[in-house]
Amino acid sequence: MMTMPLLDVQNLTTYYFTRRGAVKAAEGVSFGLEKGESLGLAGESGCGKTTIALSLLKILPQGGRIVNGKVIFKGVNIVDLDETEMREKIRWKGISIVFQGAMNALNPVFKIGDQIVEAIKIHEPKVTKREAKERGKKLMEMVGIEPSRIDNYPHEFSGGMRQRALIAMSLACNPEMLIADEPGTALDVIVQAQVLRLMRELKDRLNLSLIMITHDLSMIAEVCKKIAIMYAGYLLEYGDIVTIFKKPLHPYTQDLIQSFPSIKAAKQEMISIPGTPPDLLNPPPGCRFHPRCKYAMNICKKKVPEMKKIAGDHFVACHLVKG
Amino acid sequence: MEDIVIKAENLKKWFPVKAGFLSSLLSKRQLFVRAVDDVSFQIKKKEIFGLAGESGSGKTTTGRLLVRLIEPTSGKVYFKGKEITSLKEDEMKLLRRHMQIIFQDPYESLNPRITVGDIVAEPVRLLKGATPAEVNEVVRQTLEDVELTPPEEFILRYPHELSGGQRQRVAVARAFAVNPEFIVADEPVSMLDVSIRAEILKLMISLVQKYEASFLYITHDLALSRHMCDRLAIMYLGKIVEMSDTEKIVYEPLHPYTKALIEAVPEPDPTAKRIETVIKGEIPSPINPPPGCRFHTRCPAYIGDICRKKEPPLMNIGKNHYVACHLYGKEK
Ligand SMILES: Nc1ncnc2c1ncn2[C@@H]1O[C@H](COP(=O)(O)OP(=O)(O)OP(=O)(O)O)[C@@H](O)[C@H]1O
Ligand SMILES: Nc1ncnc2c1ncn2[C@@H]1O[C@H](COP(=O)(O)OP(=O)(O)OP(=O)(O)O)[C@@H](O)[C@H]1O
Ligand code: SF4
Ligand code: SF4
Ligand SMILES: [Mg+2]
Ligand SMILES: [Mg+2]
Repeated sequence: MMTMPLLDVQNLTTYYFTRRGAVKAAEGVSFGLEKGESLGLAGESGCGKTTIALSLLKILPQGGRIVNGKVIFKGVNIVDLDETEMREKIRWKGISIVFQGAMNALNPVFKIGDQIVEAIKIHEPKVTKREAKERGKKLMEMVGIEPSRIDNYPHEFSGGMRQRALIAMSLACNPEMLIADEPGTALDVIVQAQVLRLMRELKDRLNLSLIMITHDLSMIAEVCKKIAIMYAGYLLEYGDIVTIFKKPLHPYTQDLIQSFPSIKAAKQEMISIPGTPPDLLNPPPGCRFHPRCKYAMNICKKKVPEMKKIAGDHFVACHLVKG
Repeated sequence: MEDIVIKAENLKKWFPVKAGFLSSLLSKRQLFVRAVDDVSFQIKKKEIFGLAGESGSGKTTTGRLLVRLIEPTSGKVYFKGKEITSLKEDEMKLLRRHMQIIFQDPYESLNPRITVGDIVAEPVRLLKGATPAEVNEVVRQTLEDVELTPPEEFILRYPHELSGGQRQRVAVARAFAVNPEFIVADEPVSMLDVSIRAEILKLMISLVQKYEASFLYITHDLALSRHMCDRLAIMYLGKIVEMSDTEKIVYEPLHPYTKALIEAVPEPDPTAKRIETVIKGEIPSPINPPPGCRFHTRCPAYIGDICRKKEPPLMNIGKNHYVACHLYGKEK
C-alpha cells in the first residue's frame, strides 16, 4: 500500500498584490512532510518563509493570495476549502502555528490561561470552561511551566516562558502538524537552547510533524531531519539534513552554510555572499540567484532551473546540477 | 604602558528604578538596576576587545560609559592615561572625535534626510580648520575604505536608497572618517542577513589595523565574536565573570557560566553532538541580584555556602586569564 504524506505541497505560488505591483513571494514551491517528520525551512530575511507558513493555513494578510498550486493535507487540497472548513477542520486541529514575534505580541490584558482557554473554546465549542482550563494546565506542565502560573499575565513571564506558553497554546487542540516561525530568534542563547530542546522533545513525544522556520541553519541542524533552502521566493534545495550539510549541491546553499560560523569546529575563514537578495516586486529573470552566483551562465539569466531529483529525496534547482 | 588606549576602572552604573505608586508607599528605599557593577578592563591600540553576554547583562551600558554618553555612578575611565570621567563638557568635546560609536540598527542610526556624503562629512566638518575640499577628500577616501566604490555613486544617495549592509558600511565610514583612536561597535551586524555579516566584520577588522584604533565589540553572538576578537570578556548581571584571549574562552572556558553559554550555542552541523546540558532558568533581575556569586542560583557546579555568601573576585589565575568563581581560588 502506498503511504500518503501528511502534507504534500505542490507548486505553491503566492503573491502579494500591492499598489506598486505583485510581490512574488513564493514561486512554484513543492515539498512534502510525513507524520512525525521535522523539516527546517531556511533562508534569509524576505525570501518567503513566513509567506509559505501563512499560505498553508490560508491566513495571508490583505492583498496576499495563493495564485497557483496545491496544498494537500491528509488527502484534501486545502486551497479549495472555504473559511468555515478551514476553521473547523484544519487550523489548530490539523495544522497549528507559533507566529514569528508573537512572544512580544501576547495580549497584555488577558491572563495566559484565559488566552489558552479562549483558543480551545473557539475551536472545540463542546469543551466546558473547566475542562479547557484543566487542559491548559496540562499543556503548561508539558512545556515546563509550573501549572499554577496559568493565572499570570504575559508581563509576569520572562521571554523564554512566553515562548513556551505560546507553544503550549499552539498544541491546545492536538494538532498533527506544528509550524514554528522563528521560535528561537529573539531569545538569548541559553534560553534558545532550552526552547529548541523542548521542540525536539514535544515532536518525539506527540509524534508531531514539525516545520521549523528560521534564518539560522544551526537551529535547524539542532532540531530537524530535513531541510528546505529558500531564496527569493524559490525553493532551491531540499533533502535530508546530513546530506545537505555535508554535500550541498546548490551554489547558494554552499555559500550560506559556509557563512555560518561555528564555535566548536576549527576556525575557518568567514565568508559572505556578495550583493543582496533581489526585490521581489521586480525579481531578476531566470534563476533568481544569478546576480550573486559565481557560476552563473548565460542560460541562468533566461531560464528558471527546474527542481531535479538527485537521489532519494534530495532535490536541487540549478542549471549546473544534472538530475 | 602607553599603548593602552582605554581603561575602565571599577566602573558602576546603577539606574534608579522609578517606583510605582503602591511600592513607593510601602518602602522608602530607592531601588536600583545594577546595570554595570564594578567592571574593570583595558584595551590596547589595534586590539579588538569583545564584550559578550546575554540580554541585560550590561554590555551596552558599559560601552556608553566608556565614551561618556552616560555618567558612571562610580569608577573611572582613562583615555590614553588621562582620567576623563571628571572632565568638563568643553574639555570632553575635544576628546569626542577620538571616540566613536557604531550602533546596532543601520535603519535608525543614520539620519534619513541627509545624503551619504553629508552623513560621513558631518563629524569631519567639526574638526578645526578642515576646508571643504579637505572634507570632500576625507569622505571619498573613507567611502573607498568601506568599499562603497566608486564614492561618487554613493555620495548623493540617501540611506533609504541603500541596502542594510551598505547602510552599515556608511555607519562604519562615519565612525572612522575622523581617524578616531577608540571605537565602540554595539552589535553592529546583528540586524543584517547572515550572508553579509562576515564582510562587514572583516571590513572592521581591517580598518582597526589601518587606522590603528582600539575597538570594543559588543555582541551576544559568541560564534562570530570568536572570529572578530583578540580578547573576550563574558558578562553576567553587570559583572565580568571571565576574561581572556578569545581562543582560551572558547576552547578552555573555566567559569561555569561561560561553559554553559558556549555549550548552548547551536552548531551548524547536524552530526555534531546535540545540546544536552542546558542550564535551567533565566537571568534573575538586576534590581536585586543574588547575593554572593550572582550565578549561584543557576550554577551546575555550585560548591556550597561560600557561593551564596561571598562574592568571588575577578582574579588573574595565570597568563592573563581572569575568572570570578570560587572554584578557582589561588591568585597567581
Ligand atoms: N503583506 C504584505 N504585502 C506586501 N508584501 C509583503 C507582505 N508580507 C510580506 N511581503 C513581502 O513578501 C516577501 C516575503 O516575505 P516573508 O515575510 O514571507 O519573508 P520571510 O522569509 O518570512 O522573512 P523574515 O526572515 O524577515 O521573516 C518579502 O519581500 C516581503 O517584503
Ligand atoms: N537608561 C536606563 N534606565 C534604567 N535601566 C536601564 C537603562 N539602560 C539600561 N538599563 C538596564 O540596565 C541593564 C543592562 O542593560 P544593557 O542595555 O546595558 O544590557 P545589554 O547587555 O546591552 O543587553 P542587550 O543584549 O539586550 O542589548 C538592563 O537591566 C536594562 O534594563
Ligand atoms: S542556476 Fe545558474 S545562477 Fe542559478 S545557482 Fe545554478 S549556476 Fe548559479
Ligand atoms: S562561585 Fe560558586 S556558584 Fe559561582 S560560578 Fe563558581 S561554583 Fe558556581
Ligand atoms: Mg518571516
Ligand atoms: Mg545592548
